[in-house]
Amino acid sequence: MTKSVFFGTLTAVGLAAGIASAATLDDVKARGELNCGVNTGLVGFAAPDANGNWSGFDVAVCKAVAAAVLGDPAKVKYVPTTGQTRFTALSSGEIDVLSRNSTWTFSRDTDLKLDFVGVNYYDGQGFMVRKDLGVTSAKELDGATICIQTGTTTELNLADYFKANNMSYQPIAIDTNAEGEQQYLAGACDAYTTDASGLAATRAAFADPENHIILPEIISKEPLGPAVRHGDSEWGDIVRWTLYALIAAEEYGVTSANIDELSKGTDNPEINRLLGVEGELGAMIGLSNDWAKNAIKASGNYGEIFAATIGESTPIGLARGLNAQWTQGGLLYAPPFR
Amino acid sequence: MSDTHAQTVAYVRDTMLPEQPAPATEAGAIKWLRENLFSGPLNTFLTIAGVLVVYAMVSHYFAWFAHSVWNANSLAECRTIITERWGEGATGACWSVIRERWHQYLFGFYPPELYWRPILVFVLLFVALAPVLFQGFARQLLLFSVFYPFLAIWLLWGGSIWPEVMIILGAVAGYVAFRVIEPRGDTLAIICGILVTILFWAWLSGPLSGMIQSVLPFRITPVSSEKFGGFLLAVTLGVGGIVMSLPLGIMLALGRQSDMFLIKTLSVCFIEFIRGVPLITLLFVASLLLNYFLPPGTNFDIILRVMILVTLFAAAYIAEVIRGGLAALPRGQYEAADALGLDYWKAQRLIILPQALKISIPGIVSTFIGMFKDTTLVVFVGLFDPLKGISDFVRADFAWKGIYWEPYIFVGAIFFLFNFSMSRYSMYLENKLKRDHR
Repeated sequence: MTKSVFFGTLTAVGLAAGIASAATLDDVKARGELNCGVNTGLVGFAAPDANGNWSGFDVAVCKAVAAAVLGDPAKVKYVPTTGQTRFTALSSGEIDVLSRNSTWTFSRDTDLKLDFVGVNYYDGQGFMVRKDLGVTSAKELDGATICIQTGTTTELNLADYFKANNMSYQPIAIDTNAEGEQQYLAGACDAYTTDASGLAATRAAFADPENHIILPEIISKEPLGPAVRHGDSEWGDIVRWTLYALIAAEEYGVTSANIDELSKGTDNPEINRLLGVEGELGAMIGLSNDWAKNAIKASGNYGEIFAATIGESTPIGLARGLNAQWTQGGLLYAPPFR
Repeated sequence: MSDTHAQTVAYVRDTMLPEQPAPATEAGAIKWLRENLFSGPLNTFLTIAGVLVVYAMVSHYFAWFAHSVWNANSLAECRTIITERWGEGATGACWSVIRERWHQYLFGFYPPELYWRPILVFVLLFVALAPVLFQGFARQLLLFSVFYPFLAIWLLWGGSIWPEVMIILGAVAGYVAFRVIEPRGDTLAIICGILVTILFWAWLSGPLSGMIQSVLPFRITPVSSEKFGGFLLAVTLGVGGIVMSLPLGIMLALGRQSDMFLIKTLSVCFIEFIRGVPLITLLFVASLLLNYFLPPGTNFDIILRVMILVTLFAAAYIAEVIRGGLAALPRGQYEAADALGLDYWKAQRLIILPQALKISIPGIVSTFIGMFKDTTLVVFVGLFDPLKGISDFVRADFAWKGIYWEPYIFVGAIFFLFNFSMSRYSMYLENKLKRDHR
């Protein structure tokens, strides 16, 4: 707690009703630290370890942006945000980037005055049921009791899906994922529904994962991505292209292992431009020319981050699926760096 | 008839009968059972029902507690150990999560090499509280109690010590101003004193502390507020709130009883507004709304924001509790104070408040206990409270995903320790102050 700031604030209260200033980049540079809004704890996506070091799929985005802007992936202040506080924290200027598995929707992008800069994970809502229930498709869930987190998009998706298929269900409202697991295991509900990534992690943590199955139907689109404040396009560009740099790096085969080698210069002009060997891409967004190199070095390219945090070699074991490169049949498609 | 006795009666006992033990139904355990557990059909029924409930719970949960695992690195490992030791299908408690993460439940992300600082602050808290709570301590210790908050803030957040010294100096400067102007009128002196203090804090303290710091550097590693979590956060908020809300609550209670229209209206509005709004709303105001009103770039410490609003919240409730105490005093006490020629403040200080506060003790302590427990609500503004905030991210580590009851039991037990001691202290205080004149 900086006391001088405290007193300055006390005297300034009531004098000025300020609006968060437009030049986020200057603020971040002056502060020497990126304020990154993250989840208060979600397996694989954002979690602090026993020593308080944050890691995870969403956290990697924070690190990459900090590395691109400040040259050091450690210069991040992680601001844990809840489902209720996340968007307001962003609009009020408490955080510079929100990287908290938030679904990109029309109203959030327009009405809430956020700018989603891209998608780092394509998720969708699924169902998990006990195997002995004998259900193999979500279409057979007519009349089932379903555990559902209140106040989320999943609740609305569920209602839509059952209405569209002319089925009925009985919702059991739960508050958190931990409570949902508990209720589901205690038999309070036949099925548990949330994002498929969450279901996979939940099932993997069960004592008897083989007795539970995740139904094949994905009933909603949940494009999750980092968001910034509306109205600061320069800052939005930086976050957007940092994300694309990670995705493009995977496409071009730039990894944290070979990046030092490649940044000496390659035959591929696109890689050269990406890593700042050729061209002046960094200057165009107000950063040093090795911004993308720093971003990729922070925790590797998109594929490396995925594999290290939520991929098939981790206990969560998510397959790439929609999140594969466009060349592999997925949806990841970074625009050209030129 | 006087001489008939010895001759006419064949046998006279000349020794006392030895005492017989009381009948089995009127002594010892059986009597206690009869009187306390089986004194009538209804009580007999309730006793049996109670025993059944206890039996059901113990039989249900005993195995879970008995099968406790302390040494494991993940929930999966716990499960393997339990299956190995107690066979397939056995359930057990996995306390190893507490063993691995206890420090986060107590300190949040506070740097481990600096744990001695919060521990020292916690120990000193009792030293500072002792002369306030108990008689028989040297009065000089009270001086320590006065300076303790500044010491605690400095130790907890670290950094340079001079800003804290400046706060104290500001208060001293205000007091000096008050004494200098006092002969010219009380009200003027109070206003001047407050003004001098505020001016000192606003303009002089910053540059002055910077200057002294450059000459006499005296600082310890700073720790920022987002590192606070767990019980460190709960106790900081709780103690801070309690210490500040009691005086504020007393002022509000007196304000509400005041004859002065403006003061009375303001107090009533404040109390009714705060009591009419849920604490969660105030916390959201602290965390989100304030940022809109502050000039851009300022970073008003989140713990300070929350503490201020928790204090205001508790103060409104305490004001009403104390008002109840004031209302319970017989009118004669007020009149007696007037008759003695005491002015308002002296009458309050010497006659009214000591009695009113004594009556209000149970209510005040209840408010404090409630407030201490309410500090867990800060989880909704993204702070790591011990109950849910810490548990959420502990569960976000895949090793502990799926753990449910153990953290709750651990945190609940610590909360119980705190709150039960508070409640016992209030009973002790009531007994000590009992005058039996009613």
